[in-house]
Amino acid sequence: MSTTAIVQEDADPRASKRQSIFSRFIRTPAGIISLGVILFIIAVAVLAPWISPQDPNYVDLFAAKAPPSAEHWLGGDSTGRDILSRLIWGTRTTLWGALITIVTALVIGAPAGVVAGYFGGAFDRAASWVSDAIQAIPGMIILLVVAAGTRQNFPLLMATVGVLLTPGYYRIARARTLTIRNEPFVAAAWVAGLSHPRIIVKHIFPGVYAPIIIQTALAAGIAMGIQAGLQFLGIGSANVPSWGAMMNEGFRFMLTSPLLLLWPSAALGVTIAALAVMGSTLGDLVRVRTPSAGKKATAAAATANAAARAPATGAFAYDADKAAVRVENLRVAYATPSGESEVVHGISFDVAPGEVLGIVGESGSGKSQTVFSMLDLLPSGGRYEADGIVISGRDVAKLPAKERAKLLGSEIGYIPQEPMSNLDPCYTIGFQLMQPLRSVHKKSRKEARDIARAMLERVGIADVDRVMKSYPFEISGGMAQRVLIAGAIAGQPSVLLADEPTTALDVTVQAEVLELLRELQDEFHMALVLVTHNFGVVADICDRVIVMRDGDIVEVGEVRETFAGAKEPYTRDLISASLDGAASRRELDEEFAGKGANAQPAAQGA
Amino acid sequence: MADVNTPLLTVEDLVVEYGSRGKGFRALHGVSIDIKPGECVGVVGESGSGKSTLGNAILGLAPVTEGKITFDGEDISHAKGADRRRLAKSIQVVFQDPYGSLDPTMRVGDILAEPLTVAGESKDKARDAVAEMIERVHLPAGTIDRYPSEFSGGQRQRIAIARALVRRPRLIVCDEPVSALDLTTQSTVIDLFIEIQRDIGVSYLFVSHDLGVVRRICHRVAVMQRGEIVEFGDAAMVTSEPEHPYSARLLLASPVADPAAQAQRRQNWLALREEDNAAAVR
Repeated sequence: MSTTAIVQEDADPRASKRQSIFSRFIRTPAGIISLGVILFIIAVAVLAPWISPQDPNYVDLFAAKAPPSAEHWLGGDSTGRDILSRLIWGTRTTLWGALITIVTALVIGAPAGVVAGYFGGAFDRAASWVSDAIQAIPGMIILLVVAAGTRQNFPLLMATVGVLLTPGYYRIARARTLTIRNEPFVAAAWVAGLSHPRIIVKHIFPGVYAPIIIQTALAAGIAMGIQAGLQFLGIGSANVPSWGAMMNEGFRFMLTSPLLLLWPSAALGVTIAALAVMGSTLGDLVRVRTPSAGKKATAAAATANAAARAPATGAFAYDADKAAVRVENLRVAYATPSGESEVVHGISFDVAPGEVLGIVGESGSGKSQTVFSMLDLLPSGGRYEADGIVISGRDVAKLPAKERAKLLGSEIGYIPQEPMSNLDPCYTIGFQLMQPLRSVHKKSRKEARDIARAMLERVGIADVDRVMKSYPFEISGGMAQRVLIAGAIAGQPSVLLADEPTTALDVTVQAEVLELLRELQDEFHMALVLVTHNFGVVADICDRVIVMRDGDIVEVGEVRETFAGAKEPYTRDLISASLDGAASRRELDEEFAGKGANAQPAAQGA
Repeated sequence: MADVNTPLLTVEDLVVEYGSRGKGFRALHGVSIDIKPGECVGVVGESGSGKSTLGNAILGLAPVTEGKITFDGEDISHAKGADRRRLAKSIQVVFQDPYGSLDPTMRVGDILAEPLTVAGESKDKARDAVAEMIERVHLPAGTIDRYPSEFSGGQRQRIAIARALVRRPRLIVCDEPVSALDLTTQSTVIDLFIEIQRDIGVSYLFVSHDLGVVRRICHRVAVMQRGEIVEFGDAAMVTSEPEHPYSARLLLASPVADPAAQAQRRQNWLALREEDNAAAVR
């Protein structure tokens, strides 16, 4: 019972984090204001017959071009009609037109996009071609042709505007659907026996509707703009009050009665601005899932943390002047909405030149955060402090960011986890290897090329010329990792930091890369810090190992000693979880069968 | 489980080709494999070896160009539409990615009930079945009211296993189900797979790149290289004394968590690499 209670208890705050986009939307100032403006405009349009002070087409010749007065709050137009009344009725026209446009674009564009994205094939090709064609057509000319051909049929004209806006919906719906289509949960739903229409309704639609709503807010603004433009050009009945026609009239008398132009322009401007603000606010809410922490909260949390600090974990194995790397009392924290949360709670360790130090731990142990801090590459919202991060005799933590950045590629080499995403697909391998040599080490183009070639040869790439000219997507993952290693050692760093360098690779490639790292580290006498979750990798290459758990170092030791007899139970658990030498399934089954056989007679006896 | 020795699933000379026939990419070149009731058959290989394609072909997610897939005596090689949806009762899947395989917009309870309500089960029955499966994968009962994003990778994988189990299938295709998990989580999830298999006698096709994992959970294992099976046999044997040179290379390349043993293994691996290089030169 108690587990259930705990789960339900902490489910509540989590649930509030998951509030609907709408409730978060009305809590932002931009959201509530824009929504208020739009609701007001809609109310005006709906209530026009009751709130309009006069008949919009009633001509009072005395009021022609009259300034604002008690009888005509906003004055009269050139033929003496009440401007406020025409403005109110014009709201109706504007919204009605925008509604026709949006519904047309939505009904054609969104389903077509979803179907094209989900099924692909011939329909996708045809629909995408039509969408591109519509975008290439000069819209205003089409609209003028339709206006001339249909005797200025207003609903049909607005529907035509809708067709012109269809590609916007089509492209968004198609792109979102394509993304979701490739998620494994869609494949799982298919395997679970859902039909395609059902998958679309249950799994695709919830992911598509948010961007569609945003698009609708923006498209409504565009629709109103185009509508006003058409009316300004004189399209539409003179008896139907509209903002565009009023602007046309105001434009004609701009010099004598500027107010005639001001009122409809203001109405249109405010409406479109409100829609645009609404769209972009919604867009921000959809993109950013959690609000960022305020500065106050961060500061308060920092002081609170300082009070409750535990002493640093870990230990030094060498004298300060003998170590290539010496990290003292490193703390890493991230800003969260509820204050700052510390993920590394003060750790100290060191590495000697020519030594390989492994940092192992499970996800969330802070092992990668440690490396990112040493590189000064923490993701945004992250912050570290340390009593010292000494690399080759210099305390880099005290260096200004610019100085610090210079060390990357010269003193410190870095090998990332995902080789492919760490190479820019737009440039050749050769260019990416030569660029840092030229900018950091001030080598000439020829020198840089020679060094890059030599390094590629050194990391065991046979066809150097081809690889230098290749783009990242033209080489394999293992090759890409070799290229990154070549880049990391090209500046002859004294310290090499590797963050899970083989996790994304196949085992045979992993063995090759580990062998390469071992050779290079031997040859250049570098200190190598290797983050991994794999104890096999530790056993293979490391001299010493640090075991991290929840931001603390729980054990430091020589690799052989640690494997032979770890002091901490957690370390022993991790090592035994590697399944090497563990019982095979046959053995497990035999043991299980044996237990069952033993247990039965016992039960009978009882 | 009428006869333990009659295979539940047989795959004969399976060829899978993507793209147009003849010109496309051939992912599988005539693969044959069989799975008995209550058995776990592993498929190991490197990325691009076609091991996931084999699972996808059985699930109907990859096109069968040639060959035959028989499930419980029925030819399902080209099952489409309603036939394929009927198979959903018997063949299920657990994917690798614990983050992408659960719809983030749905509550866990709805995710688990979906396969049942689609099949026409009543809501009450579905709720009971879901509650039972949640218990079976050792998650707290409150799980059903929460969203996937509130769970860790290992917990999500348990949810995915529960979803695969709700319709009481006879075969589950497990596509690298523990590869994205931490080591300690990995071993508890493997134990869960074994426990469930013992309880309900379901068969697994277990796709993995990790020989240690495969040895732990599989009765037999097939080693794949470039779309072909190079070795198929008892899992304990293949993962300790493989016959085919490629299997040997895979085994020697995976590091053991024991410095002395690993030093030895690395020496053997280097020797084998020398041999291969010499052979390549010749």
